[in-house]
Amino acid sequence: MRTRKSARAGQYLALLAYLVFLAFPFLWLISTAFKPPRELGSLHPTWIPKDPTLANFRQAFDEQPLLDAALNSLTAAVGAAVIAVLIATPMAYVMARHRTRLARAATGWVVVSQAFPFVLVIIPLFLVLKNLRLINSVPGLIMVYVVWALPFALWMLVGYVRAVPTELEEAAAVDGAGRLRTLVSITAPLLAPGIVATALFAFISAWNEFFFALVLLKTPEKQTLPVVLTHFIGAEGVADLGPLAAAAFLATLPSLVVFAVIQKRITGGMLAGAVKS
Amino acid sequence: MTSATVRKRSVKRAARGAPGGDGGRGAGVRLVDHGAWFLVLPALIPILVLSVGPLLYGIALAFTDSQSGRTEPTQWIGTLNFQDLLHDTLFWDSFRIGLLWAVGVTVPQFLLALGLALLLSENLRFRWLARSLAIIPWAMPEVVVGIMWRLVYNPDAGILNETIRDLGLGDGRDWLSGLATALPAVIVVGVWAGMPQTTVALLAGLQNTPRELHEAAAMDGAGAWRRFRTVTWPALKPVALAITALNFIWNFNSFALVYVLTNGGPGGRTRLPMLFAYEEAFRYGQFGYAAAMGCVMVAVISVILALHLVGRLRGGEDA
Repeated sequence: MRTRKSARAGQYLALLAYLVFLAFPFLWLISTAFKPPRELGSLHPTWIPKDPTLANFRQAFDEQPLLDAALNSLTAAVGAAVIAVLIATPMAYVMARHRTRLARAATGWVVVSQAFPFVLVIIPLFLVLKNLRLINSVPGLIMVYVVWALPFALWMLVGYVRAVPTELEEAAAVDGAGRLRTLVSITAPLLAPGIVATALFAFISAWNEFFFALVLLKTPEKQTLPVVLTHFIGAEGVADLGPLAAAAFLATLPSLVVFAVIQKRITGGMLAGAVKS
Repeated sequence: MTSATVRKRSVKRAARGAPGGDGGRGAGVRLVDHGAWFLVLPALIPILVLSVGPLLYGIALAFTDSQSGRTEPTQWIGTLNFQDLLHDTLFWDSFRIGLLWAVGVTVPQFLLALGLALLLSENLRFRWLARSLAIIPWAMPEVVVGIMWRLVYNPDAGILNETIRDLGLGDGRDWLSGLATALPAVIVVGVWAGMPQTTVALLAGLQNTPRELHEAAAMDGAGAWRRFRTVTWPALKPVALAITALNFIWNFNSFALVYVLTNGGPGGRTRLPMLFAYEEAFRYGQFGYAAAMGCVMVAVISVILALHLVGRLRGGEDA
């Protein structure tokens, strides 16, 4: 019995080590965000600021157009999330319910699209969007984000659709409901939680995305938060640590909140997709 | 088949307006019926225009001398870009660094995530809390992850050097600008950032392992390691293979983390292929050449992955 007890203790210890490793950088970010410049310059930084201040936050807003950036990020993320689920849900439905060549090709695309190096896609996208005059515009970025969010959205949604019993749809068909009617009034309500989770996931990926935003948005007033955050780091890699930490902390909050809401469903969605396909 | 089900079937077909509703059987030449097309098109068009199209366009660009902001028309130049690439030692250095980075991140990421997933599937107290905390890095923007670790690694105000000083292990160092430490330092960040996804995938896989079999093995006196090898691992293996393959690709194509942490420095020691290609395309405007790099990256990664997967699957059959 003693070995079992010590094994348990070892497990708790290991778990604690994991949590420390995973949490400490974030705690350090928060700590840095509230430190006054004097403490940031000291050679003996402490975990808890001796003299906590909000000055870094004020300075961050003064230095960079954070509000504009947040608004751009919000527009891009909401736009991408809404459009992505609107177009992905019907397609996921077909992929889940019909074993056609088209459905197989779509599944193939979902898998293969994970392997694209973005650089191979971004140059043509840049040229195409330039011809459409959608460079340096948030709508152009939304278009890219929609397609970028589609593979995972389809993956999750296919799993959710499979979980809806076909008998319900057949019953509706027997009652004379057409395809669209069945989809709108029977399947969609049952899918709603899954659709919301998928939309929120698309929101997070778009909110966090950096590479496409960096390439496609040129002027500061059009840029999203991740791109604006990098402006805090100077050309020589020297950064004003306090405002940098403060801005980074603020930029993370929306993703964290949304993630907390859907955390369970993400795990479930991955599971559903993985097990049933 | 009862007459009721027959009637139901025929009604269903009628309702769907065309044959092929039943899993495509009897669909003949038609891929899907009209209703399905109507459902698929809204997603299919963006996929074709903004994903498949650009991909083919990108491959085509690799065989041209396309440049940004040039007035002369772009011309086909055959495989000239690839011949140049072959002799571009800077690119191959970058490629080597990319492989080191991808393997260096993927392997520890998998091992650590496996350990964490096994712990989280145990019936420990505070498991719910641990599960929530463990996936926080997943929710963070990569740029913020980079910034965060810059603060940790900061030579003066960073907590890493302060801890080293506290423990009396010396003065610490400038991790991200040291020639020897830069790549290991960014690899640690890569492992940290990718652990949650891997853990969640493995946790999902662990839920597939047959519980009864586990218990039966325990009854027969099989130790923890033996139970893991004979019961858990066979059930987990498909998920493990899939997630390591995906991680390898994602890591090889990673950009934002290293862009923020070191921007490829010092002296190109952390210049991943994506950073290299990005600079080639959007700093120097060499679109054709950068597209060729992209093609080479896809090709080499595909070969490595194919070998890895075939090897692993075969190894599984022998065992």
